[in-house]
Amino acid sequence: MCPNMVETHANLAAGGQPVEMLLNMGPQHPSTHGVFRLVLWIDGEKIVRAEPHIGYLHRGSEKLCEGEQYHQVITLFDRLDYVANFNNEWAYCRAVEKLMGLAVPERAEYARVILGELNRIASHLLYVGTMGLDAGAMTPSMFCFRGRERVQALFEAVSGARMMHNYFRIGGLKEELPENFRQLMSGLLPLLKKDVEESDKILTFNEIFLARLKGVGAIGAPEAVDFGFTGPCLRACGVEYDCRRAQPYSVYDRFEFEVPVGLDGDCWDRHWVRVQEMYQSLRIIEQALAQMPEGPVTSPLGRRLIRPPKGEVYVRAENPRGELGVYLVSDGTDKPYRVKVRPPSFCNLSAIQRLLQNSWIADSVVILGSLDIVLGEVDR
Amino acid sequence: MLNSIKGLALTFMSTLRGLRKPVTHQYPNSGSLLGKRAVPTPVQDRFMGFPALTWDQEVGEPFCTSCMVCIRNCPTQCMTATMKDNPLNAEGKSSRRKIVDQFEINLNRCILCGICVEVCNFDAIVMSHEHEMSTYQRNGDRVDLPALLTIGKRYQYKTGWQPVATKVKKAPAPQPVAAPAEGEAKG
Repeated sequence: MCPNMVETHANLAAGGQPVEMLLNMGPQHPSTHGVFRLVLWIDGEKIVRAEPHIGYLHRGSEKLCEGEQYHQVITLFDRLDYVANFNNEWAYCRAVEKLMGLAVPERAEYARVILGELNRIASHLLYVGTMGLDAGAMTPSMFCFRGRERVQALFEAVSGARMMHNYFRIGGLKEELPENFRQLMSGLLPLLKKDVEESDKILTFNEIFLARLKGVGAIGAPEAVDFGFTGPCLRACGVEYDCRRAQPYSVYDRFEFEVPVGLDGDCWDRHWVRVQEMYQSLRIIEQALAQMPEGPVTSPLGRRLIRPPKGEVYVRAENPRGELGVYLVSDGTDKPYRVKVRPPSFCNLSAIQRLLQNSWIADSVVILGSLDIVLGEVDR
Repeated sequence: MLNSIKGLALTFMSTLRGLRKPVTHQYPNSGSLLGKRAVPTPVQDRFMGFPALTWDQEVGEPFCTSCMVCIRNCPTQCMTATMKDNPLNAEGKSSRRKIVDQFEINLNRCILCGICVEVCNFDAIVMSHEHEMSTYQRNGDRVDLPALLTIGKRYQYKTGWQPVATKVKKAPAPQPVAAPAEGEAKG
């Protein structure tokens, strides 16, 4: 029994008022999605105040980037958001390409879109599974992990690694896609579509799930914008903002897709937006596969040492979790002078104090889960 | 209520399908629960396991000349190497004047990024399919040259690996006067 609780009981026995109790959630709590500590001041079952503690996974990635050559930094970006590696690599590569004014071969751009969108599906599938676990449903995680496993098997066939791929290069890709890539994709897509549908069917409109999530952790659009929400969390509030649509990068302006938007900005809307995004990603992949031209995929630079000109650049990309920003300063040497990452998870997490206030302890797990944070990116 | 029942039906159907053909595999030995096979976990062709050094079967020496390119490009500095004069070159059997003497990779530091393979000019280093190499010693994953070559040879044998763009030419025809001429040319 913690000292506060003893105090409370003593107070109550003496006929006094209850004292706020302090509850530590994490850093080893299974539903904090990593090493994240949440200190909750509770009054009975109600959360009076919440204080997040981050930094348990801090590795100093931004500083480490300054000591690595441009092509080595890609390995560090792999490890930021470690469930959406391709999207991270992509944002960094685009930053350097923009700084150098480098044109990427057409085929490489399409391959990047396909892999990036596949990674988005894999990441959202992981989210749906863990959201189910947070809400108390064991089965959806099994379905979702099966689907994610299929995507990762394809990643392994393409890049040689299931997670830390290191496959995108500045100005292209590391090597040509495997010869049977189209065959692999045509085998994967119907199965993946089925997996996405199943994960949708089993959880999204389930009555218990709805009762658990609807109206929980709601936040209005103006407030969400103030907090710097991006990605599905912002779109759930009704703001139609998607980097791929608002400022199309790569070849995204050539595809037809919708930007799903929620209504209330509560946990269920965030969940629904992510599920709908998976369908849209599948649409994009199908179009990209149909349009993908033949040609080279590797960088026109070859294996020359990369020395961008002096200058600075900011690049934004739509990651599964929101808008990833990369700010890069070059002093003309072979190593970046400064790399600053604007991580979507961190900005979304900044609202946790506001979201948790006056909610129930049982809901705190769901609220945290619906923000879909990855601690590798929050702490960097 | 209906949606919950739909979800239950989906789970039930999956269970029935699962009875016929399980999705899961046994680890470390793949195969179903009943028919276990003593084969390692299958990996894709491009799978990047731990790095290993390759063996030039025609000459009978490693491809590696210890040129340090991989070591300079390694993001985690997990490798060290030293160079020596190639004794086979003095005998005229090999065109490599320098050859690797010692090579050590600390596999605990290695992040399996594959940059070393990409930058190597001699196809001397490969990402093998080896991935189950845990040891009980803290320094048990420091792998030296003979061990690296063993892994590499195993990989070469299994996958039929061939050097892609090796720049080391075949050993010159046995001309005893060729050796000093080469020294002159390089000056």
